[in-house]
Amino acid sequence: MSLLNKTLSVALLMLALVGQGVVQAQEIKLDKAPVKFDNATLQQGAKLFVNYCLNCHSASALRYNTLTQIGLTEQQIMDNLMFTADKSGEQMIVALRRDDARKWFGVAPPDLSVVARARASELGSGPDWLYTYLRSFYRDDSRPTGWNNVVFPNVGMPHALWSLQGVQEARFAEVDDGTGKKVQHLAGLELTQPGQLSKQEYDEQVASLVSFLTWMGEPGQETRHALGWVVLAVLSVLAIFSYLLKRAFWKDVH
Amino acid sequence: MNCCKTVTDKAQQALAWVDERFPLSFLWKSHVSEYYAPKNFNFWYLFGSLALLVLVIQIVTGIFLVMNYKPDASLNLAGVPVAFASVESTIMRDVWGGKYIRYMHSTGASAFFIVVYLHMFRGMLYGSYRKPRELIWLFGMGIFLCLMGEAFFGYLLPWGQMSFWGAQVIVNLFSAVPVIGGQLSEFIRGDFVVSDATLNRFFAFHVIAIPLVLLGLVTSHLIALHEVGSNNPDGVEIKKHKDANGIPLDGIPFYPYHVIKDVFGVSIFLIVFAAVIFFAPEGGGYFLEFNNFFPADALKTPPHIAPVWYFTPYYSMLRATTSDFLPFLWAFIALISVLTWRGAASCRFVRGLCVLVPLAAYWGFFGLSAFGLTVPLTALLLPGVKFTVLGVDLARGLDAKFWGVVMMGGSVMLFALLPWLDRSPVKSIRYKGVLVKTALVIFVVAFLILGYFGTQPPSPVGNILSQICTILYLSFFGLMPWYSRLDKTKPVPERLTWK
Repeated sequence: MSLLNKTLSVALLMLALVGQGVVQAQEIKLDKAPVKFDNATLQQGAKLFVNYCLNCHSASALRYNTLTQIGLTEQQIMDNLMFTADKSGEQMIVALRRDDARKWFGVAPPDLSVVARARASELGSGPDWLYTYLRSFYRDDSRPTGWNNVVFPNVGMPHALWSLQGVQEARFAEVDDGTGKKVQHLAGLELTQPGQLSKQEYDEQVASLVSFLTWMGEPGQETRHALGWVVLAVLSVLAIFSYLLKRAFWKDVH
Repeated sequence: MNCCKTVTDKAQQALAWVDERFPLSFLWKSHVSEYYAPKNFNFWYLFGSLALLVLVIQIVTGIFLVMNYKPDASLNLAGVPVAFASVESTIMRDVWGGKYIRYMHSTGASAFFIVVYLHMFRGMLYGSYRKPRELIWLFGMGIFLCLMGEAFFGYLLPWGQMSFWGAQVIVNLFSAVPVIGGQLSEFIRGDFVVSDATLNRFFAFHVIAIPLVLLGLVTSHLIALHEVGSNNPDGVEIKKHKDANGIPLDGIPFYPYHVIKDVFGVSIFLIVFAAVIFFAPEGGGYFLEFNNFFPADALKTPPHIAPVWYFTPYYSMLRATTSDFLPFLWAFIALISVLTWRGAASCRFVRGLCVLVPLAAYWGFFGLSAFGLTVPLTALLLPGVKFTVLGVDLARGLDAKFWGVVMMGGSVMLFALLPWLDRSPVKSIRYKGVLVKTALVIFVVAFLILGYFGTQPPSPVGNILSQICTILYLSFFGLMPWYSRLDKTKPVPERLTWK
């Protein structure tokens, strides 16, 4: 057996052990995230991000004044979105100390600058993962934070948006695992205690947050696309002229 | 009018001044304007100049990336490794135009391998490695190896999860070398795990050491090419038929004809290249792997570590070489040895090798056991006696992991033997028969299947198919001396065909 096979088997074994909780590793279906890049959506997402995420997570690749790209003025940013920074050119770095965070959550909350790009997999895009993840928390008293997640079993993060969504509980069903053994499979989540928002409103809010996270992964993605058409047009002109030139030059080759 | 004449006169004088001191006009003429290349170059002949273009793109974008990149594995204030942040934060956002430079470089890496694989395939189609072009082919092999080194060292630099774990896995392969393995992999890393020391030395190799060697090899590749002249889709030598001035009848000057043609090819290539950069820089997770957007974390092993797509065929062969595959591999070596023995009646040295190689391979694979299926013979005859020298058990042979590493390296190096394996009387695929054509198709299919399974997590079906394709891949090279000779070829024309 090659070393790599060994490494992989160890990794798979570890995964299997991690997934030994109540929720068995099962095929996760990701919901399609309705990502929109209009200013209203992104501003809404920025508001949620600063209020709910930036208390623990940094987004160190993003500077506050980059938010001028989504239609905010520097004054608006300074007045409404900057709680721990003094200058608008500063990076979004959280005040929480990593050592403390590690003690409280077991793991320091990761930087979210490019999380929407990192979370892509064969299951779906990064935004799809985030959109499903943020709507899949449920109560689990066996966890230190009291929360667990369908998409990210035994996650260290508590449900930061619970006051908006409310409390979900998991419903399990007994399923035959193929060898006659009964295992608990997650059958679905049920909202047992409503939050400030209705389900539809909450989904919309999460969609705006995910849109913001996606935008944050590479601000100016739309500029890149727009510039791409210009570059392709210029190169096409070059291609046409170089073809005509080639034909003219090769006329005397027999 | 007068003024124009004065300017051209002055220019002529300046050129003469330079030419007396440096062979500028001579070099231009001998390598460009009076370098006669066959006029029937087709589509496949674009990839040489495209490879040169991509090399220039990589060097120029690389210079600008180095200005802002920091090979530093320590964590910054936000808890992100400095190297990762210098790419994702500084280059991708703070540097003006930085993200386009970065995407050009990352897309350029994949483009380089696409172009070079097609360039090599062209050589295989038209027998460009055959006499008198063996050295061109060998310099090319050197370039190919340098590229693999560049890709491997460069991939660590963004310091993402795949960078880290990919390097960890590949450097660990060296620990499979008997006796010195452990120390060797430590020596390469400069630490017990991939760390800041590793990042710094990989950076030095990526930006200085290998590019220098690469440029030297590219120059040698071109000098050797211009010495013997280019091959062509017919595989005939255009230098055989020259006019009164010594100019090949079927040749046309590289400048302007081929240069102009290549400019058209370049513009088509750039359209595709730009489309990827501006619309799909991640290449669907193949050019920039998703997992690499997570910063490197030595405590979190990703569930599936896969190399970037251009390494996957060889990686598949590494994974396919398990201990239960070794008997088949040995049978293959034995078959080649028997065939070689039969054909080498006059040479005792070769016949000696034909006995020695399978015997040595048998010991290396299985030790003194019967194909690794039984206990070693010594355990039956002399129970309790150990035959361990420097940590290697002579009764058991070497670990399959070591042979996997040999397989991975060896399968790359097999290309270098092509000039001596190919015994066909003709060079070009146009005049070769059904045997060689079939072998080439099987080889390409096996290579693609190996590449596909290299991107996938290990599975029983994938493993068996990879093993079959590994044997097919080896057979393409190993059996070539026989099938290329037996092949029914068509007559080759005196002059090249041209419509």
